[in-house]
Amino acid sequence: MSNLIKLNGHTASVAEDEWLLVSLPASEAEERKQAGKVVLFKLTGENTVTNKQIANTVIPTTGKVIVPLSVFIARKAVLQARISKGEIGVWLSTHEVLEHLIKSQPDLNGLPMMAIHVERFADGRIFSLGTLLRTRYGYQNELRAFGDVLRDQLYFLKRSGFTSFQIRADRSAEDALASLNDFSVPYQGAVDEPQPVFQRYNRAV
Amino acid sequence: MYKYDEIDQTIVDERVAQYRDQTRRFLAGELTEDEFRPLRLQNGLYIQRYAPMLRIAVPYGMLSSKQLHKLGDIASKYDKGYGHFSTRQNLQLNWPTVEDSPDILAELATVEMHAIQTSGNCIRNITTDQFAGVAPDEIIDPRAIAEILRQWSTFHPEFALLPRKFKIAVSGTKHDRAVVQAHDIGMEFYTDAQGKMAIRVWVGGGLGRTPILGSVIREHLEWQHALTYCEAIIRVYNLHGRRDNIYKARVKILVKALGIDEFKKQVEAEWAHLKGAPNTITETELTRVSQHFETMPYETLPRHDAGFDTTLVSNPAFAAWVKRCVHPHKMAGYRAVTLSLKPHGKAPGDASSKQMWAVADLAEQYSFAELRVSHEQNLILADVKLADLFALWEKARANGLATPNIGLLTDIICCPGGDFCSLANAKSIPIAEAIQMQFDNLDYLHDIGDIEINISGCMNGCGHHSVGHIGILGVDKDSSEWYQVSIGGKQGNDASLGTVIGPSFAAEEMPRVIQKLIDVYIAERMPEEHFIDTVRRLGIAPFKANVYTKEGAAA
Repeated sequence: MSNLIKLNGHTASVAEDEWLLVSLPASEAEERKQAGKVVLFKLTGENTVTNKQIANTVIPTTGKVIVPLSVFIARKAVLQARISKGEIGVWLSTHEVLEHLIKSQPDLNGLPMMAIHVERFADGRIFSLGTLLRTRYGYQNELRAFGDVLRDQLYFLKRSGFTSFQIRADRSAEDALASLNDFSVPYQGAVDEPQPVFQRYNRAV
Repeated sequence: MYKYDEIDQTIVDERVAQYRDQTRRFLAGELTEDEFRPLRLQNGLYIQRYAPMLRIAVPYGMLSSKQLHKLGDIASKYDKGYGHFSTRQNLQLNWPTVEDSPDILAELATVEMHAIQTSGNCIRNITTDQFAGVAPDEIIDPRAIAEILRQWSTFHPEFALLPRKFKIAVSGTKHDRAVVQAHDIGMEFYTDAQGKMAIRVWVGGGLGRTPILGSVIREHLEWQHALTYCEAIIRVYNLHGRRDNIYKARVKILVKALGIDEFKKQVEAEWAHLKGAPNTITETELTRVSQHFETMPYETLPRHDAGFDTTLVSNPAFAAWVKRCVHPHKMAGYRAVTLSLKPHGKAPGDASSKQMWAVADLAEQYSFAELRVSHEQNLILADVKLADLFALWEKARANGLATPNIGLLTDIICCPGGDFCSLANAKSIPIAEAIQMQFDNLDYLHDIGDIEINISGCMNGCGHHSVGHIGILGVDKDSSEWYQVSIGGKQGNDASLGTVIGPSFAAEEMPRVIQKLIDVYIAERMPEEHFIDTVRRLGIAPFKANVYTKEGAAA
C-alpha cells in the first residue's frame, strides 16, 4: 500500500509511486560530533558524503530513480542518457546547498522530479529549500518531501511548494490528507498563493 | 485597537479546530510526546513542573475591556483564579489541564484572541512600547505595522520551524521603551529626511544564556519593505542557524559567528530577490490597519484641572501615586496611568480574576475600554482625564492596584521561576517578595528613586536580568538554589549588559545584598543621580567591596 500523497491542483489523494529512491551506502568514516550530536558542516562547506560512498551507490539500471545530489553531480555524465529520457530525479538533504545543484544542472526543469529528505520533522530548512526551488530557480515539476514527514507539517510544506508527500511509514496517508486543508485563508503570500491577503481581498475596516 | 474581520476570525477558528484534533490525537496515543511538543508549544502550552502552563497572546500588549474580562473568566473557570502577565506582554495561566486547553482557545476566539506562536521555534508575539499612540515623545505609532507583522508572521509557512524562537519588537519613540536592541529583530521607526516613515533595523539581540545587544543591519528601510526584509533575515537564519545545539541556535549566535558585515551581505543578497515581492506592504493596507488605531475621541480639555490640583496638595498618598504611576500624554488634560501589579510581598505580574474584572471595568469607565500590558508586567490605562484620576485611584487602591512604586525598587521584573517553570534553576518570586519586604517603606523607596531590579530563575532570562540595573540570576550549584548578582545593565537607547559582581548568594542573603548595593549608592550618589548612573560613573568595585565585606569587619 502506497503512503504517498500527491497534489493535483487543489485536490490531493493517495497515489501509487512510480519512482524508486536510491540511498547512499552507510558511511565508514567516523561522524564528527559536537556535544554528542552530529555537526552539520554547511557553514564551513565541508562534504558530508565521501567519494567512496558516491562510487558505491547502486543505481538500478532501469526505471525511474531519485538519486542523491552528490551522486547526481559526480556521476552525471554516465546518467546523461537516462536524464534525457526523464528517468532521473534528484534528492537533497536539508543541509545541502542548492547552488551546488544549480551549478551542475542550471535548468532544473530538465528534471521531472526533485525530492528533499527531512531527517527530523522539526527541521524547517525544508520550507526554505522548497520556496527557493520554486521562486528563485523556477522549478515547476514534482517536488516531494520524504523522511520524517508527518501530517501536521503538510500545510506548511504545501505552501512552500511541495506537491507530493511520502508520509512516514508508520502513519496513515489517508488520515493525513485532511491536514493539507487546516486553513482556508492564508495571511501571507507564499509559493502556492503568492499574493498576501491584503492583495486578494478588499478588506474593509 | 485592531478589530477582526471575517478573515481574521476564520483563521483563529480554524486554529482551534486544528489544535483540538491535534490534542485529541495526542491523548489517544496517535501522536508521541516529541511530535506533539512543537504543536502544543506553538499554541502556547508548556508542560510545567506541576501542571501545564498556557501562554495567551496579547499582540503588542493591547487589550480591550471585553478581552480582559474574558481572561478573568477563563482564569476563574479553568485555573485557580489568577494569571501572570509576562515580560512579553502576554498572559500566562499556571494551572490549566491539557484536556481543557482546546476549550480555552475556543473561548479566547470568541473575543478575537488566541495563543498562536506564543512559544515554540517560530516568530513570537510582536512587542512594543506600552505608551504607543499616546506618548508625547512618539514619532510614529508603530502599532499598525505591528499588526501587519502579526498577520504576516501567523503560520508563515517558510518560518514555521526555525532553529529557535524568534522575537520582533517595534518602537516609534525617541526614548526606546520596547528594548529593540534585545530582540532578534528590532524595528525602530523614524521620519527620514524626506519626511517619510522609515525603519532602522536591528538584528541579533537577545537576552537568555548569552545576552547580546543587537547590531544595526540597515539604517534606513522604507516601511513598505518591512515584511520582505524580515523574510530575507529569517531565511538566512532558517537555512544557516545552528540546529545541533539549542543554546547556540538563536540568530544572535549566527550574527556573531559570521560577523554583522557578512550576515548583512547575505541578507541583502537575499533581499535583492525579495524586494518588491507581493508581500510588500501597500499604502491601502497600511491605511486600512492604521484606521483601527486612530486617535481616540478625545475631549478638548484645558491643561489643568482645578480639582486635581487641589487634591494633589491636600492628599499626599494620592500625590505619591501620581508621581510614580501617572505619565504624560500627548493630549492636554489626559494622562496615562500604570496600575501596579507589584504590591509588596506578592508575585510580580500576577493578577487575580477579580482584579482583571476590576481593571476591565476601570478601562471601560475611564479609558475608552482599552488597556495595555507593559513588558515591566503592569497594566496601563492610556487615556484617562485629569479630572478622573482621583476617582480612578480610589477604585484602583480598593483593588490592590495602586502601589505607588512604578519605576522604583519594588517594581521588580520577575519570571515565574522555580515555583512553576520546569526550566528554572531557582525560585524567583520569593526573592522578589523578600526584597519588596526589605524595602517596604515608601519614603525610603522614593528617596532611592528610579531603579530597575530584574530577576530570572535561569539563564534563559525571561526576567531580563542582564539588562536590569541590578540583575539577579538563579543558578544551580550542587543541586541547591543560588543567586548571581550583576549591576550596570540597562534597557533603552543606551542599553548595556550588567556585570556580575562576584560569587553567588543563598536566597536568604539576597535582601541584605540588595541593601548593601543601595547603601553604596546612597553614600556615593551626586545630586539627582540615579543608581544606574552612579554605577556607570564608579564601576562595580565599590559596590562589590561593600557586598563582600564580612559582617563586623572594618566598615
